Amino acid sequence: MTTSTEKVAVVRDTYTRYNPSERANHWLVVVCALLLMLSGLAFFHPVFFWLTALFGGGQAARAIHPWIGVVLAISFTFMGIRFFRQNIWTKEDSEWMSHVGDVINHREDKVPEAGRFNAAQKLVFYVMFWSVVTLFLSGLVLWQHYFGDAFPIGLQRFAGLVHAVMAAAMIITMIIHIYAAIWNAGSVRAMTRGPVTGGWLWKHHRRFLREEVGGRK
Amino acid sequence: MTNGWNDIKNADVVLVMGGNAAEAHTCGFKWVTEAKSGNGAKLIVVDPRFTRTAAVSDLYAPLRPGSDIAFLGGIIHYLLSNEKIFKDYVLAYTNAAFIVKEGFGFEDGLFSGYNAEKRDYDRSSWDYEYDEAGQAKLDPTLENPRCVFNLLKVHYSRYTAEMVEKTCGTPKDLFLKVCELIATTATGAKTLTSLYALGWTQHSKGSQNIRNIAIIQLLLGNMGVPGGGINALRGHSNVQGITDFGLFSNSVPGYLAMPNSKETTLEEYLKTRAFKPIRPDQMSFLQNYRKFFVSFLKAMYGKNATAENQFGFDWLPKVDVNLDTLRQFELMFQGKMNGFICQGFNPLMSVPNRKKLIAGLSKLKYLVVMDPLHTETAHFFENHGEMNDADPAKIATEVFLLPTNCFAEEEGTFTNSGRVIQWHWKAAEPPGQARTDIQIMADLFLRLKALYAKEGGKFPDPIMNVDWSYRNPAKPTADELLREINGRALADLPDPADATKPPIKKAGELMDIFAQLKDDGTTSCANWIYSGCYTEKGNMTARRDPSDPSGKGIHPNWGYAWPANRRILYNRASADPSGKAWNAKKKVIEWNGSRWAGIDVPDFGPLIDPTQKATGPFIMNPEGVGRLFTRGMMREGPFPEHYEPFESPVANPFHTKVQSNPVARVFKGDLEVFGKSEDFPYVATTYRLVEHFHYWTKHAKMNAVLQPELFVEIGEQLAKDKGIASGDMVEVSSNRGRIKAKAVVTKRIRPLVCDGKPVHIVGIPIHWGFIGATKKGFGANQLTPYVGDANTETPEYKAFLVNIKRIGPAA
Amino acid sequence: MQSLDVRNRSASTAVPPSVRKDLEVAKLIDVSKCIGCKACQSACMAWNDLRPDVGVNSGIYDNPENLGPAAWTVMRYTEHEEAGRLEWLIRKDGCMHCTDPGCLKACPSPGAIVQYANGIVDFVQENCIGCGYCVKGCPFNVPRISKADNRAYKCTLCSDRVAVGQSPACAKACPTGAIVFGSKESMVDHAQGRIKDLQSRGYDKAGLYDPQGVGGTHVMYVLHHADRPELYSGLPNNPEISPMVALWKGALKPLSMIGMGMALLAGLFHFVTKGPNEVTEADEENARKLKGRDAA
Ligand SMILES: Nc1nc2c(c(=O)[nH]1)N[C@H]1C(S)=C(S)[C@@H](COP(=O)(O)OP(=O)(O)OC[C@H]3O[C@@H](n4cnc5c(=O)[nH]c(N)nc54)[C@H](O)[C@@H]3O)O[C@H]1N2
Ligand SMILES: Nc1nc2c(c(=O)[nH]1)N[C@H]1C(S)=C(S)[C@@H](COP(=O)(O)OP(=O)(O)OC[C@H]3O[C@@H](n4cnc5c(=O)[nH]c(N)nc54)[C@H](O)[C@@H]3O)O[C@H]1N2
Ligand code: HEM
Ligand code: HEM
Ligand code: SF4
Ligand code: SF4
Ligand code: SF4
Ligand code: SF4
Ligand code: SF4
Ligand SMILES: [Mo]
Repeated sequence: MTTSTEKVAVVRDTYTRYNPSERANHWLVVVCALLLMLSGLAFFHPVFFWLTALFGGGQAARAIHPWIGVVLAISFTFMGIRFFRQNIWTKEDSEWMSHVGDVINHREDKVPEAGRFNAAQKLVFYVMFWSVVTLFLSGLVLWQHYFGDAFPIGLQRFAGLVHAVMAAAMIITMIIHIYAAIWNAGSVRAMTRGPVTGGWLWKHHRRFLREEVGGRK
Repeated sequence: MTNGWNDIKNADVVLVMGGNAAEAHTCGFKWVTEAKSGNGAKLIVVDPRFTRTAAVSDLYAPLRPGSDIAFLGGIIHYLLSNEKIFKDYVLAYTNAAFIVKEGFGFEDGLFSGYNAEKRDYDRSSWDYEYDEAGQAKLDPTLENPRCVFNLLKVHYSRYTAEMVEKTCGTPKDLFLKVCELIATTATGAKTLTSLYALGWTQHSKGSQNIRNIAIIQLLLGNMGVPGGGINALRGHSNVQGITDFGLFSNSVPGYLAMPNSKETTLEEYLKTRAFKPIRPDQMSFLQNYRKFFVSFLKAMYGKNATAENQFGFDWLPKVDVNLDTLRQFELMFQGKMNGFICQGFNPLMSVPNRKKLIAGLSKLKYLVVMDPLHTETAHFFENHGEMNDADPAKIATEVFLLPTNCFAEEEGTFTNSGRVIQWHWKAAEPPGQARTDIQIMADLFLRLKALYAKEGGKFPDPIMNVDWSYRNPAKPTADELLREINGRALADLPDPADATKPPIKKAGELMDIFAQLKDDGTTSCANWIYSGCYTEKGNMTARRDPSDPSGKGIHPNWGYAWPANRRILYNRASADPSGKAWNAKKKVIEWNGSRWAGIDVPDFGPLIDPTQKATGPFIMNPEGVGRLFTRGMMREGPFPEHYEPFESPVANPFHTKVQSNPVARVFKGDLEVFGKSEDFPYVATTYRLVEHFHYWTKHAKMNAVLQPELFVEIGEQLAKDKGIASGDMVEVSSNRGRIKAKAVVTKRIRPLVCDGKPVHIVGIPIHWGFIGATKKGFGANQLTPYVGDANTETPEYKAFLVNIKRIGPAA
Repeated sequence: MQSLDVRNRSASTAVPPSVRKDLEVAKLIDVSKCIGCKACQSACMAWNDLRPDVGVNSGIYDNPENLGPAAWTVMRYTEHEEAGRLEWLIRKDGCMHCTDPGCLKACPSPGAIVQYANGIVDFVQENCIGCGYCVKGCPFNVPRISKADNRAYKCTLCSDRVAVGQSPACAKACPTGAIVFGSKESMVDHAQGRIKDLQSRGYDKAGLYDPQGVGGTHVMYVLHHADRPELYSGLPNNPEISPMVALWKGALKPLSMIGMGMALLAGLFHFVTKGPNEVTEADEENARKLKGRDAA
């Protein structure tokens, strides 16, 4: 039995998981987030300070980071609106989460069926959502050049702390998210070109597949 | 200053009243800080405003502007009635025991001899009783009711603490605290120093404020003693120098008098000037008046001055009226003055009543301004809206600007308040076409002389005969001038003790001291008090040896203090009549059996044996003692009396008949524009801020940053009454004009209750004008009254009436 | 003569060991001697070539009204009434040169802030990125970021003058001796004398302001009311680096680094041990079946 996707693809059904607009939106967010992470990390700890070189030096990195943040915030708003409904938490998601060990250990048969997004993805969505909101707000307060005198010093200090905490949280989530994308073969293609196979959906989002085919009835 | 800056550190009590030393004499004020931290001294500040000096004081008392005579009179009353005086000193060194002649009196606010029409006194009754030998009579027992001490007591008996409170608005308990602290210096163990400036002088009776402190310091025995004295803090960096050189039109260098038209010969002139001692054993510097004056004439006219032509006496102008600033501008205003050379002076900003000044300047044919900066005066004809309401179309005055350098761009000397002449070196080259004042004046002189040579004239002699033998006549140097000032021998001067000995000075040699000057034309000296500042040993004013062997702040080898490098004037008074210091800790000079010696140059005949002769220590006075009673020296009377400012919100509490100084300098037209308290209910005073120097630092960005914009200061109560918040724009008006400014509402100015009613004070700094790096601003002198002190003609900038209203929030 | 050995450097994990044991310097500002003449302000402007903009009068004597990138020190005037007695408390504001400087702690840019062995805390503009963290870190509200070049500025304690054996320009200019400069030890000594004098004048609570919350400072004040420093235009009582900043710049950093590292490692090990999660032909079959059944 061949497992060549190439071959299978010819014979098998494909489903469009992300349309071009969704994909573009996602990758805009990704670019921003990565640049923010790189520039942000440079300020975060001396061992990363060299990363400022990627942005043309410390002054430039400092200047551009918040602006990228603004772009991120806008583009994420669109993405948030897009995916909001599919990311509403349900009872099944809690059930799914209790089987997260099975997920990690490739025992998907024991895991309850998932919809378009599984519980872990929803968690990523929530963490991203709240990170971007708090990073944006705290980032504004921290933004010396424009808002240096606009906020009381106590709030500024709080914003520094919050921004750093949330940035760390978001980076950790991003690592997990990216890893998940690599680990789950076929995901990246879904986000880069759009299609997934029926088997991919059967394996990861069976309930969604059922709805899809049911919907054609 | 009788003492000197460094000496302030020796004081035990420092009284800053009539000045704001910390702001206007910031560097000198360090010695007050020294006195406090090093000597445990207490600082008293008496000022209508709580100033930056008050910020570091131990005791602050407010008073109503223009009421100082009452306050100081109250102190005298306190000292006399509580017997807090240094009795031995008063008896030996003041004229307390002198008997005043019959006919002198004081009634209803006037001394004997007043002539209402002339607004002047016949002062002949203000004198002592003399014996047949022309010596003043005295009563050492102080029993004679007509002796000065008893007259003083009677005069000041009215100046009670209650009257002080009523007149000055100073709470009685606060006033008494000031008295108590001052009285701690009455024993000779401690000294009080007094630092004052314009808060005392800029009044229609300013000189009498200073007379008052003189009386206090004499009663306390604080004259001639370290940490004591009366210390006038001078203004411009070289105003002391300019005063020493004849600031007034009626004096010549060294405080010698300009002759008047009645004095047609040198002899006649000298007859009244060189006064004779009026006590036995007395000596006086001024016995040498003839030597000083002839040497001055020799400096003026050189070889042209001979015994035959009275050393050129005829070439000196004869001055009958003092051409003080107020009179100059009055003449200009009346169209009686055609041209005006304005050198280092910005009268449009600094002289009272802007309206009158613009009118006066507009009537000139020409105005020459010699200044490194663009002054408002040089631009007086421009219209700057309300800030300078001139109409250029109607002004025909031709204005010339001659750029001079600034003091730092030339060498020369400054004389500080402590009489120390200090050479300064050039720090930078003058910019552009700027020339030194000396060069401009030399050029002007040479051109005038050439014109006279060519065209003749009515009386060319005063110009043609001037000695101008400088190496380069177009550019005399400061060094040459200083040597001319010091004086030199014009012939060999024989030793007075033994003519067979070699001469003490060869012809051409510089003088060591004014004692070497001659009245026969063999010496020349442009200013006798400066003699000794540049000797054959070199330029004494350029000395910079900071050492102070006694630790008492004498620094004998730093610069040169006139006269005779003496740092503490009247220092003979620091010792008792027998020649021993009153207080070993405050010793300056003592009689060591053969001569006077100590840490300073004796202000006394160094060989006068006190056990043989009762020569008094105040050798400038013919009586040899300090004057509690000034005879005819002061225009308004021998004792100071409280008069109200010409604009005042209260009736004179001391006498109903005479409200204000009956002999003050006031012109007819100006009397009419005095305001009434019904229309202008608040008392205004004007003053300096540390951040600016008059009207020139507003050109400097740094100063502009530190104090950018004109403001007026008012107390919280007045602000509340008028609905004014700090930072609002307000309008302040007097009967002569109006200004607009930011309001600074402060706790530092409080209403004073005078005669039962509250008096609010409006404080107005003087530094803004319509040119400069600061925000443009109105000048304080748009408001001030045109009236001057009777003796010095200093205008009454410090007390007048205004109204104030809010005109809006900060613009 | 002072060396400028570095004791501490912003955003740097290692600091060169200093061979010399340097004398700690300090500037002592005796508020009770200060007459608010602003000579120190102008000296600072002159020496450091600073010219802030000409401002306005807004009803107070303070000008410039606040510290700025070109105003490293300003006088602050407070009118205070106590027991019917008016006091005009005038404080020279500026960097305190903390022993434990919050600015340095907060600064993310290596070498933008250095602390010399003599105690001076100096901003090195070449290394500054203009982030403003120093502003957040400072308990005294001192650093200011210039809008012109986006770099942080504050009083240097005239490190350039001190390095060649001169006293700071402000101390040199102060006419009353309200500012004195010397070794920290001698300044503390000098202050004791001043405090005694003040106590003799009825200021029982006179004292030295050398706040230990920031490890002491190299700019100290003699105050008449040392018990209430906040009277002096809000001089903080017991200042310390804000706990928020301490946490942000302290424990949080290693924790986050560990967190991020763990996440990376976890992914790596998971991948190495479990491999990718791939779709099998059986899954495709199931999917087809599902579709087919439904189609049928
Ligand atoms: N920074 C600075 N320093 C200067 C100058 C300057 O322009 N700026 N100018 C120099 C010159 S030329 C001079 S003459 C001196 C002047 O030096 P000062 O005389 O010390 O200066 P002022 O500020 O004119 O006035 C001093 C104080 O007098 C108070 N005062 C007003 N009316 C009265 C009164 O009736 N009685 C009493 N007791 N006090 C009163 C005012 O409130 C003020 O605080 O300063 C010199 N130094
Ligand atoms: N209301 C009010 N008015 C006052 C006073 C007050 O207290 N209240 N105070 C009065 C007093 S005490 C004074 S002294 C006057 C001051 O009044 P002014 O003397 O008229 O004022 P300044 O601005 O000092 O003017 C001096 C000028 O000299 C120029 N200058 C500087 N260096 C040189 C130089 O080397 N050569 C020449 N030729 N010029 C030079 C400066 O640029 C400046 O323009 O103001 C008086 N007016
Ligand atoms: C969403 C809008 C954002 C804004 C307005 C913003 C703004 C800022 C600002 C102003 C700073 C201070 C440094 C500087 O001025 O450049 C900063 C620091 C930082 N930012 Fe952001 N940021 C945003 C988003 C993010 C995101 C998404 C991340 C990470 C994924 C991030 C990570 C960081 C980090 C790590 C720092 C350093 C914090 C520290 O030093 O403790 N930021 N940010
Ligand atoms: C290099 C970085 C990234 C890669 C490679 C990546 C890859 C992917 C892939 C392959 C998917 C599809 C997964 C699926 O359909 O099951 C996906 C989904 C998604 N990604 Fe990313 N991503 C990255 C970064 C980010 C970032 C920074 C964010 C948000 C700030 C983000 C937000 C999302 C969201 C919201 C989804 C939809 C599924 C979900 O809710 O998890 N991604 N990403
Ligand atoms: S003018 Fe000169 S000497 Fe006078 S206070 Fe200012 S700096 Fe000092
Ligand atoms: S120079 Fe000295 S006295 Fe003047 S404001 Fe500064 S600290 Fe105070
Ligand atoms: S702005 Fe302050 S914290 Fe940021 S790099 Fe510059 S000095 Fe460091
Ligand atoms: S006062 Fe502020 S800027 Fe100065 S060293 Fe301390 S923390 Fe740094
Ligand atoms: S120490 Fe130097 S930089 Fe700091 S305030 Fe004084 S003069 Fe300015
Ligand atoms: Mo003056």
